[in-house]
Amino acid sequence: MFSLTREPIDTARISRSLQQPEDGALVVFEGIVRNHARDKAVRYLEYEAYESMALKKLEEVGTTARSRFDIRDIAIVHRLGHMEIGEASTVIVVASAHRGAAFEACRFAIDTIKEIVPIWKKEFYTDGEVWIEGAR
Amino acid sequence: MSIRVLFFASLADAAGTRERTVEAAGITDVISVFDRCTADAPALESYRTSVLLALNSEFARPSSPVRDGDEVAFFPPVSGG
Repeated sequence: MFSLTREPIDTARISRSLQQPEDGALVVFEGIVRNHARDKAVRYLEYEAYESMALKKLEEVGTTARSRFDIRDIAIVHRLGHMEIGEASTVIVVASAHRGAAFEACRFAIDTIKEIVPIWKKEFYTDGEVWIEGAR
Repeated sequence: MSIRVLFFASLADAAGTRERTVEAAGITDVISVFDRCTADAPALESYRTSVLLALNSEFARPSSPVRDGDEVAFFPPVSGG
């Protein structure tokens, strides 16, 4: 399951819907809005996406994870719009028979999202706002 | 030749718009679309070396050819997750 949403992400619901009796491991990653960045206090964030391409790239990340690691399934949800400190911007859930592949696939998925999925973060401070650019 | 052009994040700020149409002779590849947009919005020029290019929702090269009806997007290195 790969999706973009403008609502708070229900991580427990995603985990429940992914999990099957043959799974021995469920690895859950939440990317959380943090209250500081580059020595500045962050008040809140906004995310925007090139939605049609972002969805396609999320699916590509998931498909690659499934082919590269011995996992059964993976779900990725990225939230867009306004987010407060402590809210989840990204949720990845990986299900597999054994834990090793699930941890590795989850790490691969979040690292690859940060490289190829066209989504951008804007940080809002007390004295302004800045679009954050990733590393090329 | 009509190309739909999308701008995201800091590139949208520099372009002064999130979307426009480029209709011109001489548009042959993705970078010529960027050149055309830069002529109208000079603030885009400073992004020339860092901009990421997409053609019909897939990463593209400056020399990727464009056809009538294509969608081209310009955006900075991604920062999601």
